[in-house]
Amino acid sequence: MITFNQVTKQYNGSSTAVKNVDFTVDQGKIVVLLGPSGCGKTTLLRMVNRLESITEGEIIIDNDNSKDLDAIELRRKIGYVIQSNGLFPNMTIEENVMIVPDLLGWSKKKKKERFNYLMKLIGLDAKDYGKRLPQELSGGQQQRIGVVRALAADPPVMLMDEPFGALDPIIREKIQDEFLAIQREVKKTILFVSHDIDEAIKMADKIMLLRDGEIMQYDTPSEMMMHPKNEFVSQFFGKDRAIKSLSLHTVKNLEEVIGLAQMDESIQDTKTINVHQDLRNTLSMLLNQEADQVIVTNDEGGKIGSITIDLVQKYLHFEIKGKMSVSQEG
Amino acid sequence: MNRKKLIGNAFRIVVYALVIGFFIWALSNQYLSYIWSDSSTFLVLLRQHSELVLVSSILAILIAVPAGILITRPRFRKAEWLVTNIVNFGQTIPSLAVLALMISVLGIGFQTAVFALFIYSLLPIFRNTVAGLDTIDKNLIDAAKGMGMRPYQILFRIELPNSAYSILAGIRTAVVLNIGTAALAYVVGGGGLGVWIFTGIQLFDNGFLISGAIPVTLMAIGADYLLRKAEYVLVPKGSRQEART
Ligand SMILES: Nc1ncnc2c1ncn2[C@@H]1O[C@H](COP(=O)(O)OP(=O)(O)OP(=O)(O)O)[C@@H](O)[C@H]1O
Ligand SMILES: [Mg+2]
Repeated sequence: MITFNQVTKQYNGSSTAVKNVDFTVDQGKIVVLLGPSGCGKTTLLRMVNRLESITEGEIIIDNDNSKDLDAIELRRKIGYVIQSNGLFPNMTIEENVMIVPDLLGWSKKKKKERFNYLMKLIGLDAKDYGKRLPQELSGGQQQRIGVVRALAADPPVMLMDEPFGALDPIIREKIQDEFLAIQREVKKTILFVSHDIDEAIKMADKIMLLRDGEIMQYDTPSEMMMHPKNEFVSQFFGKDRAIKSLSLHTVKNLEEVIGLAQMDESIQDTKTINVHQDLRNTLSMLLNQEADQVIVTNDEGGKIGSITIDLVQKYLHFEIKGKMSVSQEG
Repeated sequence: MNRKKLIGNAFRIVVYALVIGFFIWALSNQYLSYIWSDSSTFLVLLRQHSELVLVSSILAILIAVPAGILITRPRFRKAEWLVTNIVNFGQTIPSLAVLALMISVLGIGFQTAVFALFIYSLLPIFRNTVAGLDTIDKNLIDAAKGMGMRPYQILFRIELPNSAYSILAGIRTAVVLNIGTAALAYVVGGGGLGVWIFTGIQLFDNGFLISGAIPVTLMAIGADYLLRKAEYVLVPKGSRQEART
């Protein structure tokens, strides 16, 4: 758990980068820091592992005031991932990943086991890739190595500054999914910087939207889109925030509220979709294949009905738009 | 990159061919005969020359590399421009002026020559050390710090390995220049192969001149070759300049 108590950051001689920030990141949750460039996301993040000093206020990490801890030891207990992966070109992948365990004086055997485990998490062959140099990996692979390097010593807290920012959209989405799967297993407390709204909605348990170093709103993604607290928040998520928030709802939610349609057996070659798929993907699938319906299957593969564009629209209208704060619509 | 390498190699072959051609020409004209006929003097001069180069180069490395490291530490960063300017300024003073100055302080002889050579080797080593350390991606340092490395660990595990290429290139430049410049040691009574070279010039004796000049050239080429090999051993594969492009 990370608690910010009235934290303020003032760089020497310039205006305040972070103003009176007060919030808590719960154990095992991902909080995404979101906001326009220069709003203080990186500064906020770097105060946690004391790469930046705190001008006023305090940050409490698992009951310890960060000020009272030794900065070096604190950093070894916090995973840190940056956009430009920061892999050291003079070291092999294995040496790169094992840096913090090495600093902590782990035995050779323990390091080896850990390395093999981590490489399995991201589906890369430990034997082959371990000996390679960073430059012998693709950008996506380097970034995944950057992520497992931060996980190496199993730190309770992770700081990630636009970790997937430099990747192309398709790879980025894959790595996001992979990371979420890893997170379900390891349950770290994560502060994650992004300037991509879709990424924030997808990754966050809670989003913190910042402007000029101040918190605009701190809420779950759906609350943020359904009930934006002010003009800035609703504008930030844009007019299509209703459609964006479709990605927070699944076919299952729709089935529970308005029910699925009958399957039309006469139509050939219709695609199928899992009942846990989110509605935004479902909608784009419906639009892309120009089909009137997509068959919905449950986890066992059984067909339980079909879904149509009309149904998604109806759901969007009543369930999402109907519940949005009306005053912010416009 | 391949083309660059090709041109580089072709160039080197041409230079080697010229040197070898010159060598054969000198040999066929008996210009190198002093090396055999007066081999005891030759060996003394050769040893003096090597000592001049080794002592001054090692001193320069021992001073310039740590100085380069020190000046790039955050605490001293602000003084970097000042120190660089002083060192640059030192370089613009003509060698003879430095020698004259040294003679008036240290007198004539080996120490004066070593000192002058040492001063002249400082700049390339210092400048390349600073450049090598300065061009390391700031994100690497940031990542290292963020993972809880101590400053000396960052220096030895990240900064030095990743700037080794540049530092060694500076040392190589300095040593090769140094071997040539050491021929001037004769002027301050420092000995070395310059003795024969200057004697040859004064007596219009090609034999002395070339018996002095050719070994100096071979020493320079040899040192260049050995130090390039050393780069292969000392620079981590992932941080070699070629590998990066
Ligand atoms: N080292 C520094 N010295 C002085 N001012 C700084 C420093 N680092 C950041 N700032 C200022 O603090 C403010 C917040 O910067 P920060 O890097 O935290 O923004 P950010 O939200 O991460 O932006 P981006 O999305 O572009 O990465 C900016 O106005 C920036 O100019
Ligand atoms: Mg930033």
